[in-house]
Amino acid sequence: MLTSSLSTLTDQPPTPAKNRPRQEFNLGLRHGLPIALGYLPVSFAFGLLAVKGGLPAWVATLISLTNLTSAGQFAGTNLILAGASLLEITLTTLVINLRYLLMSLSLGQKLTPGLTWRQRCLMAFGITDETFTVAALERTEISFHYMIGLILGPYAGWGTGTLLGGVVCTLLPNNLQNALGITLYAMFIALVVPPAKKSTAVRWIVGVAVGLSSALTWLPGLRQLSAGWRIMIATIIACLGGAYFFPRKEVQ
Amino acid sequence: MGRTLLAVFLMALVSYLPRVTPLAFLRQKIKSPFLQSFLYYVPYAVLGAMTFPAILSATGDTASALVGFSVALLLAFYEKGLMTVALCASLAVYLYQFLMG
Repeated sequence: MLTSSLSTLTDQPPTPAKNRPRQEFNLGLRHGLPIALGYLPVSFAFGLLAVKGGLPAWVATLISLTNLTSAGQFAGTNLILAGASLLEITLTTLVINLRYLLMSLSLGQKLTPGLTWRQRCLMAFGITDETFTVAALERTEISFHYMIGLILGPYAGWGTGTLLGGVVCTLLPNNLQNALGITLYAMFIALVVPPAKKSTAVRWIVGVAVGLSSALTWLPGLRQLSAGWRIMIATIIACLGGAYFFPRKEVQ
Repeated sequence: MGRTLLAVFLMALVSYLPRVTPLAFLRQKIKSPFLQSFLYYVPYAVLGAMTFPAILSATGDTASALVGFSVALLLAFYEKGLMTVALCASLAVYLYQFLMG
């Protein structure tokens, strides 16, 4: 009562401090909406593939809700389905997710001061390529409430899409399932070709990775390697070469 | 199932650790341009290595996979959206299998 009557006395009452978190949260929610929509078809494809491979829909959804990654959980799930060892599954997922180190480091430079350790740990869970890009590009200073708002939509979208994909899979006829088997790879191609067009370095690195992964698949003597190690070895060699021959100037 | 859930837990752990470690424990920036570049290139290399040659056995037969692959490459080259590329590649595979099979 007192504060509301006081604020009528001034022309432009300053935003009460207690409302700032809510505004930040709502702004984050708005920024996250397009990401959430973009996640639906990808997570749908994931649910479809995981269930097609033999996992129950609830396990596929659990993977999405605990991993919240694209490439990492796709590769890990493929390895689970292939009956790979736990070590192989863990290492492959780890290597694919190493890029989050860079994003987390970069976000860490832009946080509002005074965040608690627990808040930092909670925000970290929602770092994906997309939420990172939006947060890094839209805000000069990233608050806890903004980040939580930003994460929420994509998280819900990722889980919902997976569940829907998993449930729908069991209802689809076999030839349609075959046709959808290529969806994910087509998406990967759609992700990698545009940057490869623009950057010589990316072209070389993708080329080397593809060449190595083909060699490791087809060359006699190397064929015993399972998919996880193939991807890991190809990635590490291609990126070492990339970092050596195409060092980047200060990455933002 | 127990083994699968353990695998899921380990995957969740190694998905979270790279995200949380710098944010919670480190306050300085990576200085090494080599390491920065390495990490920057990782997603591209992974996408490449994951896609090929695995895509060739994604549809049940190599011929239809090659058709889908070509359609995806072409549409991606003209920078169509993820959903467009994915659905058109699927449709191409479906039509090919329908007409040839």
